Amino acid sequence: MTSVISSDTLIGIRDLKVDFRLDRTTTSHAVKGISFDIPVNSTVALVGESGSGKSVTALAILGLLPKENSTVPPGSRILYGGRNLLALAPGELQKLRGADISMIFQEPMSSLNPVFSVGFQLTEVLTKHLGMTRRQARSRALELLREVGIPEPETKIDAYPFQLSGGQQQRVMIAIAIACEPKLLIADEPTTALDVTIQKQILELIAALQKRLRMSVLFITHDLALVGEIADYVVVMRDGEIREQGRVEQIFEAPRDAYTRALLLCRPQLERRPRRLPVIDDFLKPGPLAGGGLEERSRGLRGDEEIILEVRHLSKSFYSREGFFGKREFKAVKDVSFKLARGKTLGIVGESGSGKTTVALTLLRLRGESSGEALFDGKDLLSIPQQELMPYKRRIQIVFQNPYASLNPRFTIGQLLMEPLQVHRIASSEGERRDRVYKLLEEVGLPEVSFFKYPHEFSGGQRQRIAIARCLTMKPEVLICDEAVSALDVSIQAQVLNLLQDLQDEHHMSYIFISHDLAVVKYMADQVMVMNEGEVVEVAISDDIYRNPQHPYTKKLLSSIPRGWRGAQAR
Amino acid sequence: MTQAATFGGVQRAESPGLWTLAWRRFCRDRVGLASFLIVVFFFGLMAASGLHLIAADWSKEVGVNFAPPTFVGPAISDSGPTAPVAAESPGMRPSADQGEIEIVDPLAEVLAEIRAASGAASVAEATTSTLVFGGDRWGRDVLAKTIKGTETSMFVGLVAAFLAAFLATVFGALAGYYGGWIDDFFNWFYSVFTSIPYLLLILAIAAVLNQKGTLTVILILGLTGWTGIFRLVRAEYLKHKVREYIQAADAIGASHARRMFVHILPNVSHVILVQLSLHVVLFIKSEVVLSFLGFGVGVDTVSWGSMLNEAQSELILGYWWQLVAATIAMALLVTGFSLFTDALRDALDPKLK
Repeated sequence: MTSVISSDTLIGIRDLKVDFRLDRTTTSHAVKGISFDIPVNSTVALVGESGSGKSVTALAILGLLPKENSTVPPGSRILYGGRNLLALAPGELQKLRGADISMIFQEPMSSLNPVFSVGFQLTEVLTKHLGMTRRQARSRALELLREVGIPEPETKIDAYPFQLSGGQQQRVMIAIAIACEPKLLIADEPTTALDVTIQKQILELIAALQKRLRMSVLFITHDLALVGEIADYVVVMRDGEIREQGRVEQIFEAPRDAYTRALLLCRPQLERRPRRLPVIDDFLKPGPLAGGGLEERSRGLRGDEEIILEVRHLSKSFYSREGFFGKREFKAVKDVSFKLARGKTLGIVGESGSGKTTVALTLLRLRGESSGEALFDGKDLLSIPQQELMPYKRRIQIVFQNPYASLNPRFTIGQLLMEPLQVHRIASSEGERRDRVYKLLEEVGLPEVSFFKYPHEFSGGQRQRIAIARCLTMKPEVLICDEAVSALDVSIQAQVLNLLQDLQDEHHMSYIFISHDLAVVKYMADQVMVMNEGEVVEVAISDDIYRNPQHPYTKKLLSSIPRGWRGAQAR
Repeated sequence: MTQAATFGGVQRAESPGLWTLAWRRFCRDRVGLASFLIVVFFFGLMAASGLHLIAADWSKEVGVNFAPPTFVGPAISDSGPTAPVAAESPGMRPSADQGEIEIVDPLAEVLAEIRAASGAASVAEATTSTLVFGGDRWGRDVLAKTIKGTETSMFVGLVAAFLAAFLATVFGALAGYYGGWIDDFFNWFYSVFTSIPYLLLILAIAAVLNQKGTLTVILILGLTGWTGIFRLVRAEYLKHKVREYIQAADAIGASHARRMFVHILPNVSHVILVQLSLHVVLFIKSEVVLSFLGFGVGVDTVSWGSMLNEAQSELILGYWWQLVAATIAMALLVTGFSLFTDALRDALDPKLK
């Protein structure tokens, strides 16, 4: 083993291992001996699901692993310019960080210090690392802000982070990161917290900066489709190991590893709609590919379906106090009307702040007063008094986005699932209720022992199954899925989508499927409603809207979807 | 295995809940465990004393006045009414007797007559010159007195803390959960209570109740002590009521009361529990202060506070044991309870959720 790496390699990672001490007896091996190179002037994408060790690898390169509970066993090396970064003194590493290697994080809101202006945080880097005077630093900061595409940099330089939008904050983070013209920029899920249109802008910015500054980029993401557009090399990780690495065209055109193939196909695609989405296990198990194979599912409405829910002119405003007596109105939802057919799915698409979640919560009367009407079985859900609402609450249910927050942590799964039955006095005895719950657990694919377990013992996907099972206890006719799969990993997402589809086929439920992810909505919905700033922009049959969008906003949304390797080639 | 675990003829393993996990974490903390044992010991003491198993006859005058502790030895020079008693004592050294022969008590005969007239037998049989941890002004055993005082002080501390925590939880839950004018009302109520200096408030309530006794002390402490816990409980409710799991409970049709006390309460119970044990310590100390000021328990009961109150005049005369006994007992319990609370907070920290 030598510490020599070839001249066109910027950083060489050799047999990197990282262990975390969980408590006195248990250690988790987060990274289990990985090796890859980051070549000069190119983009390397590190792809993996949560827990794959991709972020830990990035932190190890920067020397930012938490000292208290992490260890890097000897033998691991990160070679940079003939030196092993893991063996450097903290002081020397400090000099490298920011100057030679810099990083941008997932959450721009929490990565910027809220009490300092943007300009202050930018000039701090310049004066610290490059020894500029304040005046020099300020003019350079203006240049940088212009370079990352902040409009009116002269006024924005004195703005505080909260005065900027999420996309602008991420641009500022990028400006800070490239301030010293680093040789390596590490981007850890830089667009995950951003809307799809902003995501596209940030990706283009990173790609343009990489070319102009001739730096290397280590792009960490869970989304393989995103990688196809910007990466030169791809490293696929799972459970702390590298499953496959190679040039981007090889990964996308001829993936050798089953896991890579699974990642590519688990995500719903815009072009195809299989009856069932393939899941990771289908690929990792030997034998032919299970599931519906290539059979396509047809979606859409004929026009003569029974209408179960009709919403007319739904509006919802929030008020904030202004001065002593005044109040300011914020219209979150403006005049929304739609019809939901029995056994069909309505997809609601929009970016954050478009009012799609408010529509759902207002329908369930979880959000106070509103105007308009929602006819469900001839009754207006929005105006019937609270006392008469109970029988209707049973029939219209919701699955929330975050399965970690929507289950009470102090309840066992049994208690969670029994509660709706008790509240609505469904079934005659406790024993009968328990039998029902066991049947439901089986239906959503959880073992019977789950009855006595607590939510914290389950993974995200399993918890979402529990949340779905809780809704099913009441046999609802309408199920609202509010970003129900957005917080889940790609492979888990496929499983939950399949489950939802199976349940719809079996129980003939109607879904309102809310998501910012257009590909997922395309897969699930018969009809799609696009929302922007509280208004409905376009409603159409899902195949039509993706093939032939009418409204410019819909067109903009659709063009922002990452299309993976092939999409990038076709453009 | 519980009954539920074998339901349906199928063996189903129970899995550890959050409380079980917290207990396991707690057991790993050695300081916490030691302090827990101290607390348990004091609880045992309190229970035994409450059931009259020990220290039931604490008010009996078993020793000579200000009988010194056994490990110090009997008083060498004494005067007044103790002299004849000391002479009778078989454990007395002869040299001490001889030293005191010169001094003749002019009232000795009168006192002897009085004693004979008022059932002298009981006094004579009981009085000893030394006691395990000394005696007080009336010759009562300080050890028994301390045990009885422990019972009173802990009882006051615990019940007052439970009362305060109960009030705070109900007020905090209502204010935090409903918001609006209910929140405003409780906040004004809270502000009024906290704007009055603490001691002044206590003395004002004591003056209104105008009755000395254990119950009065409990009421005073409980009615003034809820403010701090209220603030925390209210904040927790504000935080939890907008969480998704509460919205989910609303969606399935759970009532307000159910959401407040079945859903949210278990999730904020760790805060209340820690506050409860902090306030037990605080109220034990407050009871001592109150009794010291003369607003404490009645003369027929003994508490650490009343013992300390007595001790201030004794100390000048050099009788230190009552002060030391009460101080040691209190220091042990308060330190133990504080460390226990600390360990409890670590164990219940919900960040592992």
